[in-house]
Amino acid sequence: MILCVEELEFLYRNRKILHEIAFSIEEGEIVAILGPNGVGKTTLLKCLNRILRPRGGTVHLDGNNLFDLGTMEIARLVGYVPQRVETGRLTAFDAVLLGRRPHIKWDITEKDLRIVDSVFKLLSMEKLRMAYIDEMSGGELQKVAIARSLVQEPKVLLLDEPTSSLDLRNQVEILAIIRQIVLEHGIAAVMTMHDLNQALRYADRFILLKGGKVHAHGGAEVITPQVIEEVYGLPVVIGEIAGMQCVVPGSPEVPFAHNL
Amino acid sequence: MHFAKGAVPEDYLAYVRRKYFWILGGLLLLFFMFIYSISVGEVEIPLYKVMQTLLGQKPVTKWDVGVRSIIWNIRLPQALAAIVAGAGLSVAGVVMQSILRNPLGSPFTLGISNAGAFGAAVSVVVLGTGKIQSTVADPIMINNPYLTTMVAFFFCLLATGIILLISRIRASSPEVMVLAGVALSSLFTAGTMFLQYFADDTQLAAVVFWTFGDVGRVNWLELKIMTCVVLLATIFFIINRWDYNAIDAGDETAKGLGINVERVRLVGMVIAALVSAVIVSFLGVIGFVGLVCPHMARRVIGDDQRYLIPGSTLLGGILLLASDTAARLIVSPYVLPVSILTAFMGAPIFIYLLLRGYKR
Repeated sequence: MILCVEELEFLYRNRKILHEIAFSIEEGEIVAILGPNGVGKTTLLKCLNRILRPRGGTVHLDGNNLFDLGTMEIARLVGYVPQRVETGRLTAFDAVLLGRRPHIKWDITEKDLRIVDSVFKLLSMEKLRMAYIDEMSGGELQKVAIARSLVQEPKVLLLDEPTSSLDLRNQVEILAIIRQIVLEHGIAAVMTMHDLNQALRYADRFILLKGGKVHAHGGAEVITPQVIEEVYGLPVVIGEIAGMQCVVPGSPEVPFAHNL
Repeated sequence: MHFAKGAVPEDYLAYVRRKYFWILGGLLLLFFMFIYSISVGEVEIPLYKVMQTLLGQKPVTKWDVGVRSIIWNIRLPQALAAIVAGAGLSVAGVVMQSILRNPLGSPFTLGISNAGAFGAAVSVVVLGTGKIQSTVADPIMINNPYLTTMVAFFFCLLATGIILLISRIRASSPEVMVLAGVALSSLFTAGTMFLQYFADDTQLAAVVFWTFGDVGRVNWLELKIMTCVVLLATIFFIINRWDYNAIDAGDETAKGLGINVERVRLVGMVIAALVSAVIVSFLGVIGFVGLVCPHMARRVIGDDQRYLIPGSTLLGGILLLASDTAARLIVSPYVLPVSILTAFMGAPIFIYLLLRGYKR
């Protein structure tokens, strides 16, 4: 067990955003946090590396209590890919090199450069190495952000809607990369997602949030039309296409969204 | 997770070397500007003579004695003041732009310069320290320059304090800092105008004169204080270069990298403001350098703070020294205050760089 969350509670200006959150994650697993907009998915993610400070509960990270660790220690254990990444006039290599910040004492060393280089190779993006990130497409930029979190050499990756602004091909590419790295390096990934079909294909387990609480938690078996309707307030049909589970909004009686 | 298979890429190392060449080039340019600036003016001093005098060679002829006096008492402090002030304003600007996440960040944006001007006006009009010394040695004479400097400094710090107080209440939000600075700036400008309206002729002249920033105004002691502050601040900024890089990548990325963004922002702000306050209260208002030099440096050396901080510092020194030298030559034998020249010289170069875009 690499990450274990118990009784987590988060308040924003005395308003309860999250409460009674409990789950755990093993090495080599991808967990998808699902739920409607504003339910607290991003907030939960940020509580896991203490970007936000929960009011109550515990988070255990690789055997350490998250609240006993310094921010730099956390950054050496947890990589974080936010929804929005800012660009500037610097090369992709330098942008990724920044991910070594938690390991840098005074200046970068040759080891840091080697690690950055091997992550570029791992993600097959050697060609982008010297490209300026302010001239990159959304997909390339997202890869840079993921590469940056990987050079932190984390045990847990937190990704906030890693595919939300990407086209179909880039979505699949990014998720496949994450899947491969999680398996090969025995790390864990937690990602918030909106696309249930992508979640079903790439995640091992699912946490569905509703009203600031965990509504359902488990493997693909928890994704049922009933649970989805309870969480999103929308009837869905779940069927199989070419052996893959697919979630389609609507129902035979109410086929179009505007009839809801 | 381990990544051992990587190599150190040659093209990246070459890229880094190019950055260092730019910085080295800047240093050389600054050095030559420095010697040239000392040699020209009302009395032309040959370059070799400048070098000899700076290296401490004993004067032989009577002319040598005069040259020595001109260099050590007038030109050297003025040239050094230009370099230090330009470097300080520019490095304060580049850090403010980073931590405020705003390209318009500069000592002006936070109202520090205008607060200093207001302080000087208070000192002259209300406290009656009046009359400031002019570099052209005209009749506007000095009563108490130290008090004027102190009051100006006090108001610079007051402006900084108010902004910090506001941003503490609003969790160091960069938007709040910038907008509070704009508000304070207008407030202090209005205050200065109010005082000017009721000032008599001499006081008005003194206040207006003070606002024309002039590097010829410092003595050796002030120069030493200014140099210490700018040097320490620059070293501090360079040590924290990775944190500013992280903030440039977005607050959330920075936090994910273990950086206490609010603290970096607050401490950076205080130090940048302090540097600006010292320079403004000793020299008066010198605009443009703090805002535009960082952007000029960006166009040449990129946004990576590892190179941008030293690059902007150098360019600030170069631009202010060049402006000051030009100010001495343009309408010779009169000497213009450097603040008039900075924008004259800098704006066309800057507009050219904006049109050209980034250097590849």
